[in-house]
Amino acid sequence: MSEILKIVNLSITPHNALSRLLVNNVSLTLSAGKTTCIVGESGSGKSLTALSIMSLLSKQLQASGNIVFQGQDISKLNEKSLQTIRGAKIGMIFQEPMTSLNPVLTVGYQIGESLTAHLGLKGTLLKDKIAALLTQVGIPPERANSYPDELSGGQRQRVMIAMSIACEPVLLIADEPTTALDVTVQAQILQLLDALKTRMNMAMLFITHDFGVVSDIADDVIVMFRGEIVETGSKKDLLNNPKHPYTKALLACVPDAEGKKQLKPIDYAWLRDGLTETKVVA
Amino acid sequence: MPENSDKVILQANNLVKIYSQRSGKFGFGSTQIKALDDVSITLKAGSTLAVVGESGSGKSTLARCLLQLHPFDSGEVLFDGKDLAKLDAQSLRGMRKYLQMVFQDPFASLNPRMKVGEIVSEGLLIHGLGSAAEQKENMLQMLKRVGLNADDAQKYPHQFSGGQRQRIGIARALVLQPKVVVCDEPVSALDVSVQAQILLLLKELQQEMGLSYIFISHDLRVVRHVADEIVVMHKGKIVEQGKVADIYNAPQQPYTQQLLSAIPGRKAA
Repeated sequence: MSEILKIVNLSITPHNALSRLLVNNVSLTLSAGKTTCIVGESGSGKSLTALSIMSLLSKQLQASGNIVFQGQDISKLNEKSLQTIRGAKIGMIFQEPMTSLNPVLTVGYQIGESLTAHLGLKGTLLKDKIAALLTQVGIPPERANSYPDELSGGQRQRVMIAMSIACEPVLLIADEPTTALDVTVQAQILQLLDALKTRMNMAMLFITHDFGVVSDIADDVIVMFRGEIVETGSKKDLLNNPKHPYTKALLACVPDAEGKKQLKPIDYAWLRDGLTETKVVA
Repeated sequence: MPENSDKVILQANNLVKIYSQRSGKFGFGSTQIKALDDVSITLKAGSTLAVVGESGSGKSTLARCLLQLHPFDSGEVLFDGKDLAKLDAQSLRGMRKYLQMVFQDPFASLNPRMKVGEIVSEGLLIHGLGSAAEQKENMLQMLKRVGLNADDAQKYPHQFSGGQRQRIGIARALVLQPKVVVCDEPVSALDVSVQAQILLLLKELQQEMGLSYIFISHDLRVVRHVADEIVVMHKGKIVEQGKVADIYNAPQQPYTQQLLSAIPGRKAA
């Protein structure tokens, strides 16, 4: 199994408050054909970690550490070299399918942009490829001439997926791609992503706050809390046998479909004391 | 559960709501969309009725029609045996204190220019319940009950987190001692840990105050935890209704089966 991406000691701080660690010393490895889920509450740093992979962080934030992609450190690359990687070797899907598509361009044009930029496709070759991509994500190819507002939320997210896999990336980053969708549509999109991952042997980094989604799609799971990774493990181990008190607490407040579980909100004060204790022991 | 748990507090019969939409060239044509198509529901006193469905299924329209926030085209809504649509404006306003709502978006549903104390006590003021001192006392008690401090009454909504704002929204609804509370996706904008806090709070308050909830949600896992009965809506129609356990264990309609099998994490569990 080949290693695609390695993040080593990533820390992110705002420029104007260098002591405030939004992401603290995060290291992780992604391998081909594997889906790694990052779970955490809002503000835990999961999206920042994903954005920093392609140097997409806001200018007010500063990142330190190394991002090693296929053996090359891409954290210090200039904008021009980054552009040869973004969209070509690393694809990204965002949460809001409405705000991440351009409303005045047809979806076909938007899918074609990266094909022209990275692969130099033009004319009928380009058209055929766009049609093939749309078919692959389950949209009739004639919809290439539609504008985003003519599509439903699920279809827009499919278009986003078609865009992100257009150049056959080796790594796909999906930042809460199904959060804005209905459950039945969510189930379809998850299935589609999983099938594409297997077919193209991609590494997938999947960000979510939903443990149900994790148990459907993940191979490995990373739990983040206040900017730090508190636990990593295979899906089976982590969901059935969580070790860290935060993971246990987080799992205890997820409602289950059977309604048997007693919901228990997280006691942050207890957790803070608990965490310092475990740290002292370690 | 209160002693007479079979008493019906709110009942809707054959509700129909049609929206017309401009369509065709230059919007000269019009299409009619049936947002509610012959919808009937029954809410028993002290229980929770969940309305589930995908976006566009008409669940929020139903909530608004029940509370007379939207006029509907035909049908009737009976609260405590009285037809709300037939009441004149003044008597309806009098009834509104028994019918309250908790909204989905804790950021959009609180007036940013009002202090929390004003937001929570505004209903008491409008309905003229108690003297100024009593209103303040009620307001402070309610804030405490939902887990906020007396100092918080002097703060503005932007000073609070999403979960705290939802607590403010709950306090605003419950300070009037309502009988029926319609919760329109009250936890869908919140993190799971905060979601668990709010769900537990709603459950405690229901037992203390004998509330009946209409709980609108698209999250079938949440519904499983809070509801006694459930109504599944699809395209403005009720496809299936019944006791929560029955529907989850043995859904009869293909649409319900499809919805339940789409719950993430079911396979592994």
